[in-house]
Amino acid sequence: MLNPCRFSLIAPLLALALPAVAAPDPGNWQDVLAEAEGQTVFWNAWGGDSRTNRYIDWVAEQMQAQHDVAVEHVKLDDTSSAVSRVLAEKQAGNDDEGSIDLIWINGENFAAMRDNDLLFGPFAESLPNFALTNAAENPEVVTDFTLPTEGFESPWGKAQITFYYDAAQVETPPQDMQALLDWARANPGQFSYPKIPDFTGSTFLKQALIELTDQDEALYQPVEESDFEEVTAPLWAYLDALHPHLWRSGRTFPDSGPNLRTLMSDGELSLAFSFYPTDAAVAVREYELPESVRSYVLDGGTLGNVHFVAIPYNSPHKAGAIVLANFLMSPEAQAQKQSLAMWGDRSVLDIEQLDTKDQALFEQGDRHPSELPADALSNTLPEPHPSWMTALQDAWLERYGVN
Amino acid sequence: MLGLAPALLVTLLVLPVGAGLLMVLLPAFGYLPALGGDAVSLAPWRMLFGHPGLGRSVAVSYASGLVSTLLALAIVVLFLAASRGTWLDRGIRRLVSPLLAIPHAAVAFGLAFLIAPSGLLARWASPGLTGWDRPPDWLIVNDPLGLALMAGLVLKEVPFLLLMCLAALPQLRPEQRVTLARSLGYAPSIAWLKGVLPALYPLIRLPIYAVIAYATSVVDMAMILGPTLPPTLSVSILTWFNDPDLERRFMASAGAVLQLGVTLAALLTWWLGEQCIKRLGYHWVVNGVRRRGSLAITLGGRGLLGMTTLLVLSALAGLTVFSVAGFWRFPDSLPGTFTLDHWQRVLPSVTTPLINTLSVGLAATLIAAVLVVATLENAARHQLPPRAGQWLLYLPLIIPQVAFLFGLVVAAESLNLRPQWSLVMAAHLLFVVPYLYLSLCEAYRRLDPRWLQVAHSLGASPWRAFWQIRLPLLLAPLLTACAVSLALSIGQYLPTLLLGGGRVPTITTEAVAMASGGSRRLMAVLALLQALLPFIGFSLALLIPRLMWARRRNMRGVA
Repeated sequence: MLNPCRFSLIAPLLALALPAVAAPDPGNWQDVLAEAEGQTVFWNAWGGDSRTNRYIDWVAEQMQAQHDVAVEHVKLDDTSSAVSRVLAEKQAGNDDEGSIDLIWINGENFAAMRDNDLLFGPFAESLPNFALTNAAENPEVVTDFTLPTEGFESPWGKAQITFYYDAAQVETPPQDMQALLDWARANPGQFSYPKIPDFTGSTFLKQALIELTDQDEALYQPVEESDFEEVTAPLWAYLDALHPHLWRSGRTFPDSGPNLRTLMSDGELSLAFSFYPTDAAVAVREYELPESVRSYVLDGGTLGNVHFVAIPYNSPHKAGAIVLANFLMSPEAQAQKQSLAMWGDRSVLDIEQLDTKDQALFEQGDRHPSELPADALSNTLPEPHPSWMTALQDAWLERYGVN
Repeated sequence: MLGLAPALLVTLLVLPVGAGLLMVLLPAFGYLPALGGDAVSLAPWRMLFGHPGLGRSVAVSYASGLVSTLLALAIVVLFLAASRGTWLDRGIRRLVSPLLAIPHAAVAFGLAFLIAPSGLLARWASPGLTGWDRPPDWLIVNDPLGLALMAGLVLKEVPFLLLMCLAALPQLRPEQRVTLARSLGYAPSIAWLKGVLPALYPLIRLPIYAVIAYATSVVDMAMILGPTLPPTLSVSILTWFNDPDLERRFMASAGAVLQLGVTLAALLTWWLGEQCIKRLGYHWVVNGVRRRGSLAITLGGRGLLGMTTLLVLSALAGLTVFSVAGFWRFPDSLPGTFTLDHWQRVLPSVTTPLINTLSVGLAATLIAAVLVVATLENAARHQLPPRAGQWLLYLPLIIPQVAFLFGLVVAAESLNLRPQWSLVMAAHLLFVVPYLYLSLCEAYRRLDPRWLQVAHSLGASPWRAFWQIRLPLLLAPLLTACAVSLALSIGQYLPTLLLGGGRVPTITTEAVAMASGGSRRLMAVLALLQALLPFIGFSLALLIPRLMWARRRNMRGVA
């Protein structure tokens, strides 16, 4: 017997199916704008933090008003699930009706999508606003975890590991990994890092590895080219020593970066870190953390990276996605993103090169006392090759995945 | 036309479950051409069994299903045995029923906020009773044994089992049985246990099996309360399925088949337990002991159910306080400041999820109601035996969601069906239809057939009799059944997430997504919103009959 339900599912789909169109050319901007009008862009972006969600909501409003493009935020737990979806669509032969139009991405997920030819491009360097990043002077906007982006993703924001602590409870916070271990011994149960494979947690592993290993240069080559066991041995010895003194004695780990913030807020942790230098300041403004919280960066510098947006090769709304990627790089959108009232994520634009009107957008008045001092972010360590991220994650799960 | 309804209903439930299972079984043995699996192999199974921590994941899933069901059943049975129909008992009973409407995720958040070392209980007891000025470093939520998960499951299972018992009891005439036993000198609670329970159990057996199946494979609650290193089997399967390494999808399929095995093993264990109790219990029933233990039962029954209710209510109260809390330093028992900021921030961003939640829920409920009423009407007109094929209805409830939903996603992908609203709605139908049927069929069958006979004898056609006699008479139970279905649809996490591919966000998926990171305050707002929606449905179900039948008291349904 035929199932009428099936028919009712297929019918609207057939109506939606559009003839395949030629890929838009960002060089011809007016055509792209015209084509984008009326499109709905499904933007798959990590949805674990209410601030990024709030900012994306704002972007969606602006895109609707300025370009008649509807933006739907598809909230992901983990960006890898979007990679998995595009890959599965490709395998199933779905080459022009994909379900994702734009992905918030960087690092190992970008590398995986490039390896599998899952991205549309190059488009990024032809976007009108790309020039504002002054890429010649700021190579980080075209480099993702050592890999050249080659125009397959467009820069969106800058992150750098920043520690924060409650000055009412901690007098001298640890300034390097060895000091962190000593501090954890003296203050058991008051520090932790997010459970791997969370990206903030994985970044902590890399931060520790860079400091602990003396083979730094190996980290910037594919992992296969070096002796993984030998390079990482100091890291595992360090973690073996650290875990018993972590929150819950390392028997469980917080779910994510924002979860560390919640635990700080509950008084369970006294020291935590975030990928967003302004994280603590925004949290104080939103009643999540006490006003005695202060931010700092480790003495030897901390890992920083640029995050990007990319377009899957089978996106049916590429023009809309391109217009969105360009809008995200506009001074207006970048300034909103950097404001503490919205998100607090640093801009990828070269602000000093902007005209005075645009520069004014980025002025925020007095620094919040919980924010980092202005010069603190000068010491940024570059991200290792993306293959290290996956290898470290697998090795961590192998060692500590079952307690 | 009407005769097609039963076949349609069964097809609607069996076909997707069957297709889903098939599309999980094939990849579990390496066969899925769309993902490059062309040959049958045992590789996915080798990969699965080589996965570290698999044994523990399986053990926690199996144990949490059995232990939570056993506890919940004990609480319900003891309460019913102790219950004497006093105002207190009626009060507790009335409080419990709406608890059924609160979605799993909301209960899980509330419980986590309550029992965490920095949670409400610790704040209220500190530093006065405990001397803590910092939260203790105890692993309570996400404990490796899954105790917090089991507690959360019990809180949700108790109201469900209680309502199932209350629905089944009238046909057993429990008062007469108890009176008879009491005339033979039995204490009231012992009289109920020995005289009513043995007859009641067979009637609530299928619902119990459904509870076991659900508890062994639950995803949303396990993500919030369950162990993390390693997580339960169902949560692991979800992670593997989303891994960019597509090999893991084959492993996830093997995991889903294993989940089916774990659930079946739990059901088998329960069934074996039933057989033992049948033997041992028989001696207890006829041993002639009339009073021993009755005090403990009376106290325990009321105490345990009272405590369950109290826990859920405090959890809701905790959510409410967090949703308006400013900065709240441990161990203050109340926040230093109160603010509506969190509500103001969440409300504008949940318009789409709210619309999706309601449109999916209402559409699924409406379709299910039409199908179920048509099936029941067909059975009534042809005086069909009520039980034939009923177990088929339970299929989507007894097969773990994880086991066949992934198959459904694979099937949809192979057909190039993109994740969308209609797929989510169709998936919700799978779970809404059985519940609607179960909540309505008793009322339908118990309606005195003489009403219809009078109508026919006055010359009314079968359809006129249906519209003018049966439907008005059944309005109250029909609306209640719809409210139950709506609540169920609102709480669905896995079907919404998988079939919607994240593109059909609902309040439930938003709330669970927040669990991994968002602030407690925003989570509290979402959980409260999630809990509030079903209440609106239930209130309407109570209110509409009262307004429509303002002058006909007996048609307003039971309060």
